[in-house]
Amino acid sequence: MTPGPAAGAARLSVEDVTLSFGGIRALGGVSFTAEPGSITAVIGPNGAGKTSVFNCISGFYRPSTGRILLDGENIGRLSPPKRAGLGMARSFQNIALFRGMTVLDNIKLGRHAHMKTNLLQALVYAGPARREEEALRQEVEERIIDFLEIDHIRNQPVATLSYGLQKRVELARALAMRPRLLLLDEPVAGMNREETEDMARFILDVKEEWGVTILMVEHDMGLIMDISDHVTVLNFGEVIAAGLPAEVQADPQVAEAYLGSGDPAELMRRLHREAAE
Amino acid sequence: MIIGTAKETYRADAALLTTRPQQTWTGVLALVLIALPFTLNDYWLYLVCLMTINAVAATGLNILTGFTGLVSLGQAAFMAVGAYTVAWMERDLGTPFPVNLVAGGLVAAGIGIVVGIPSLRVKGLYLAIATIAASFILHFLFVHWEAVTGGNTGINVAPARILGTELVSYFGLYWIIMPITVLMVLGAANLFRTRIGRAFIAIRDRDISAEVLGIPLLRYKLMSFAIASFYAGVAGGLWAYFFRVITPDSFPFMASVFLLAAIIVGGMGTIIGALLGAAFMTLVPELLRFVMDWASPWLPNATVLLSPVRTIVFGLLIIGFLVFEPQGLAEIIQRVRRFFRLWPFRT
Repeated sequence: MTPGPAAGAARLSVEDVTLSFGGIRALGGVSFTAEPGSITAVIGPNGAGKTSVFNCISGFYRPSTGRILLDGENIGRLSPPKRAGLGMARSFQNIALFRGMTVLDNIKLGRHAHMKTNLLQALVYAGPARREEEALRQEVEERIIDFLEIDHIRNQPVATLSYGLQKRVELARALAMRPRLLLLDEPVAGMNREETEDMARFILDVKEEWGVTILMVEHDMGLIMDISDHVTVLNFGEVIAAGLPAEVQADPQVAEAYLGSGDPAELMRRLHREAAE
Repeated sequence: MIIGTAKETYRADAALLTTRPQQTWTGVLALVLIALPFTLNDYWLYLVCLMTINAVAATGLNILTGFTGLVSLGQAAFMAVGAYTVAWMERDLGTPFPVNLVAGGLVAAGIGIVVGIPSLRVKGLYLAIATIAASFILHFLFVHWEAVTGGNTGINVAPARILGTELVSYFGLYWIIMPITVLMVLGAANLFRTRIGRAFIAIRDRDISAEVLGIPLLRYKLMSFAIASFYAGVAGGLWAYFFRVITPDSFPFMASVFLLAAIIVGGMGTIIGALLGAAFMTLVPELLRFVMDWASPWLPNATVLLSPVRTIVFGLLIIGFLVFEPQGLAEIIQRVRRFFRLWPFRT
């Protein structure tokens, strides 16, 4: 199998971003960086502002102040489709697939922004339109469907699939965008252990073979500690810790945010207990 | 039983007709369509032409409502725009009929884009109301812009001419209406094999995620309106050549409801659904009339007694479809296909 695109991974910098809804301050000066080709995790208790950060990055919210830089270019004012064109792809916390379409069509939609067929060519479906569709089909089949091991369900409507498979199809669709930055919003939420392990393997494979920068929000601490290179911890809209997984785990402030008491050892014990379950 | 449809190339797998029975039945259909005008009498040929014109308009509406998820109750008004454009060009410019038909479609598409502008902000029922408003504004224009539309008395249309012969008989008209319909339905089917058709369905299913994939919502919604209106405009143009006189009441608001009912009965979001729906809505009232006629020997003044019943039965049939076959006639076709593919096993 051929490795991913040569376009290269992107560096994402979030600089001092604040976000307010009316009088409520969702984010208060959040800064962190996702290095090219790494897996960066954003964690924090419920309501810490993780998804708000994601929505600022993908363009659904406009930050009140601060900058969002993709390879040094400020993208804070661009619309979501424009950001997609720059190589940003995301998956959603509650799956946002197109339920009426087959797996194949869902994945193909990921390439939309990079395709050129215009309306007249589409109505005739000859020449360039046909060639473009066939090249897309080949790429989707050989690079993505094989890679994510979903060839047995390619012609099934998405609505009939299990939750874990739907999440995988959503990852496939994001990959079809040939992303340079992949945003994963809770990629293993609601999955059982086996599905979680599959997904962890796929995320690592995507990083290695496609050379993509990955930024993910996740609650599953075991997964975070296992696969991420860098962890940023949010609480009440502010960064309370950042560093390697092990460093973050040992941070008393993180333990306090999660447990209400500042004992890192207790957090460790709880994590091990979760892992053992 | 067909075990699988194994294909060796992606091209073969992406063809419009992938199985042998599909290809055979389409061939049979083509032969029937060619044989029809030679075998049917004028009355039935009239019905077939009318049904075909409705199929074009319904296909357009299905692209907008069935595939893109934008409910419109203005399709008949766009048909009227196409019809008036054709009539006006025929009267004041004398251009050949293919030019007039395309122009009718394009003018309707232009107005469709304007009507579609609210669709970025309003959805569902609210958008339907906006399209109703647009169709009443257009109706007002048809009544009062007398220089072009002839006001309430309407406008007569010269027959379409091809190589000097005037097409006045249903037999002659069939040979322009049917090929144009086939081409337009084929175009619609092709559309949904490409990125544009997929984008429409994406907007219907989940617009937020479509935006993240780089699909500009406004542009695609307006494109969908333009295509739907173009289809309506061409259908209206064909209608103009078929009936040869247009008044503001030729395309009442009820005609828009009729088309919406056609795609619901036929199957929203399927190409064949619009065709089946148009056939059902056009032919079933006539078939019911035949049933009445057959009943008359036993029931003396059946026609007088039963003609209101005919409307009621038609209405009940539509309700029956909504309740028992919400996916429409297209789903019945799918079930029949599945049955024969799996036979002798049962689903």
